[in-house]
Amino acid sequence: MNRQMPGRGPARPDGHSGARSEAKAEEQRLETAVETDDGRMPPPAVPPSAQSGQLHPELGRTRPLLQRIMTGEALVAVLAIVLSLVAGGLLIALTDERVAAASSYFFARPSDTLGAAWSAASGAYAALFQGSVFNFEGDTFARMVYPLTQTLTVATPLICAGLGVALAFRAGLFNIGAQGQIIIGAMFAAWVGFAWHLPAGLHLLLVILAGVAGGALWGGLVGLLKARTGAHEVILTIMLNYVAIYLVGYLLTTPAFQRPGSTNPISPQLDATALYPRLFGDAFRLHWGFVVAVLATVFVWWLLNRSTVGFELRAVGANPEAARTAGISVTKGYVVVMLMAGALAGLAGVAQVSGTERVLTSGVAASFGFDAITVALLGRSTPWGTFAAGLLFGAFRAGGVTMQTNTGTSIDIVLVVQSLIVLFIAAPPLIRAIFRLPEPGQVRRSRAARKNSPAATGGAA
Amino acid sequence: MSTMTAKAAETAGAAGAVRSWKTPVILAVLAVLALVVFALGAPVNAATFRLSDPSDAVVLPDLVLSAPVVGWVSAVLLLAAAALSVQAVRAGRQVPGWLLAVFAVFFVAGFLTWVVGSARTPNVALYGLLAGSVTLAVPLIFGSLSGVLCERSGVVNIAIEGQLLFGAFAAAVAGSLARNAFVGLLAAALAGVLVSLVLAVFSIKYIVNQVIVGVVLNVLVSGLTGFLFSTVLSADAATWNSPPRLPVLPVPFLAEIPVIGPILFRQTVVGYLMYVAVAVIYVGLFYTKWGLRTRAVGEHPKAADTLGVKVNRMRFSNVLLAGVVAGIGGAFFTLVSVSSFGRDMTAGQGYIALAALIFGRWNPVGAFFAALLFGFATNLQYVLSFLGTPVPNQFLAMLPYLVTIFAVAGLVGRTRAPAASGIPYIKG
Repeated sequence: MNRQMPGRGPARPDGHSGARSEAKAEEQRLETAVETDDGRMPPPAVPPSAQSGQLHPELGRTRPLLQRIMTGEALVAVLAIVLSLVAGGLLIALTDERVAAASSYFFARPSDTLGAAWSAASGAYAALFQGSVFNFEGDTFARMVYPLTQTLTVATPLICAGLGVALAFRAGLFNIGAQGQIIIGAMFAAWVGFAWHLPAGLHLLLVILAGVAGGALWGGLVGLLKARTGAHEVILTIMLNYVAIYLVGYLLTTPAFQRPGSTNPISPQLDATALYPRLFGDAFRLHWGFVVAVLATVFVWWLLNRSTVGFELRAVGANPEAARTAGISVTKGYVVVMLMAGALAGLAGVAQVSGTERVLTSGVAASFGFDAITVALLGRSTPWGTFAAGLLFGAFRAGGVTMQTNTGTSIDIVLVVQSLIVLFIAAPPLIRAIFRLPEPGQVRRSRAARKNSPAATGGAA
Repeated sequence: MSTMTAKAAETAGAAGAVRSWKTPVILAVLAVLALVVFALGAPVNAATFRLSDPSDAVVLPDLVLSAPVVGWVSAVLLLAAAALSVQAVRAGRQVPGWLLAVFAVFFVAGFLTWVVGSARTPNVALYGLLAGSVTLAVPLIFGSLSGVLCERSGVVNIAIEGQLLFGAFAAAVAGSLARNAFVGLLAAALAGVLVSLVLAVFSIKYIVNQVIVGVVLNVLVSGLTGFLFSTVLSADAATWNSPPRLPVLPVPFLAEIPVIGPILFRQTVVGYLMYVAVAVIYVGLFYTKWGLRTRAVGEHPKAADTLGVKVNRMRFSNVLLAGVVAGIGGAFFTLVSVSSFGRDMTAGQGYIALAALIFGRWNPVGAFFAALLFGFATNLQYVLSFLGTPVPNQFLAMLPYLVTIFAVAGLVGRTRAPAASGIPYIKG
């Protein structure tokens, strides 16, 4: 939410050079910065501008930071997940009744308490795995891999909406509005799905287009308002989420949307021609929407890393002032990126109404829109990172249901583990401190240098 | 988040040359809307506003307004106000704030009369409507004050929702265990501080993006309280989840004043604390050394640092203080409003508080009135759904959010956050 005025940012190295050479220098810095992470280096979870208000404040000092993230990133990610699972396991064990019973005689036989704690946590996680990846109790192959297809089904809307959030991040916009965009997309798609009766193929195509258009409308509205009036996108998206919820709630009470003969706010079933075909037959719920999600990921990757539009968007996200100096229209960038972010969220809405739910209800978006934010953050706003994060969260969600039914562990633990993962991954120094990992050499050197210089005390502490 | 920079630059550059017609246009549209709906579409009924309960000590007569008369009067006045704003912009001046306030008052009056007059029972208890609005606004006000404290010192606080929810949870649990509502209140403040502590450590010490930490903290608190609710709290609700309520403490005599008496002088401790907090934070921010330093740290940390203010220490302590404020606001849910904790019971109020904070231009008093507006709109929707109005309930429910969009897009679009809000300060 930094809305700094130009020239008021901290540590802005200007003042001594003329405006023209400064602009040129900015342009050069922009070029180098955008080039360096051109598809090869994963960018931070949100554009640097969102963190510091300026592009790589001092490139010399940020480079070791970037390298530091690069060198230990995989390790840090794994450790963050392990640490979050351990924390979640502790929480499960602490609230388990058998553990509580055994702890009453802890000092007499501590092994009972520890054993109960272990079985509570490991049982829950085994059920989580069983429900999300591989069912080792299944008797047929189909039963065994069924959980995996469930994971992919749940991951589909997460990936689509997550890509929308990630794309907006890359242009420096914080899109909390995926929820509303999913709802409006689903509303458009569902209406085309049940009100129109068209031949197979064409019908589904129009359903998808309608969903994309609905989401794009809702997202583009934010972009337009922001570009035109400077209104804050966080506020706009939050407010439009509520408006979308009430709007669909109202429409589901009108004859145009409500199922005939029903008093509940529920739409008619979508036509069979409007549904995504199942990928592996009717035994599995996995549908072609997942393939669409994969294609969307490829598209976003291409857009960001290989297209002019994507370059401009990243430039706007990295430093709007420099982008404008370089002749990029920042306002147009906002509108374009929010249109596309909304369209991607609209795809998630399509996946819901014509893939899994097959009807429109006011709860059609579940909490996918908000989970999508965490997915995008965990995926560091890269397309494939978001894809992977979507799969992980899909697995958590699908497995969480099995866990709750099998072991009685509340599915809420999944939220705890998910948020801890994002939190830990965002703070590599914390993970390093906990596991006493050595810090990459350059950092140590620069820290030593900073310690020696008299002016630098405190630092980030 | 940095994207305002672009807009700010544009408007700053263009302010001298191009006049902004945004506000007059919006006012004109609203005025015409008022003319069509409130005046031409006025119901024949009279709208009755009850000003006091018959059992009150001082009973005021009912206020009976003829809907067409009020509709026409307000429409004409609104048109006049719009014309004045056009004139002001044409003369190169800004639209004065008082004009906007007058416009808002008459618009609300016209709307109320129209909507109540069109209802099946055109009779509403104004005192209840207003008192209910304030009650609904209490957690919002605490939440947005928490945001003010954080953002004024340069830390974006998206975690208001988490602070409120954790405060509500802690108040319920501690209040139930101790069988004392005041222990619950204390625990709520501590819980808010706990959430703040995580926010501060991650965003100030580890320089993680503040928005990310905030969003994730909300999810974390929601998951944690939901998990504990379904495992511990619902297993034995009598022990864990039945806190006593905070007593209502009416001020003698003053509480009997019609309409404003119950609002100001018949509150619980949390209600009184709210008024105190608004006043203290306002005076503190703008008239004390602490406030000057806080604002300096939020606007230009480097300058503050040069003058010897410990930037990160200042931010840290202010974020923790914000946790106290939001935590107390959270206690409202379980100690005043309902006397038990429910899963995700804050239901997005923290995000509304965030909107109120921005709507109120990062000013405690502004945030107070913005939160009141949200409370009023929400309560109006409840009341009107009882009366049976021609407007579908969902649209009434949408109203506060639409008003906010209008407001941030049209009227406060150009206000800016504290300059360093969201930017970590790295010394050197």
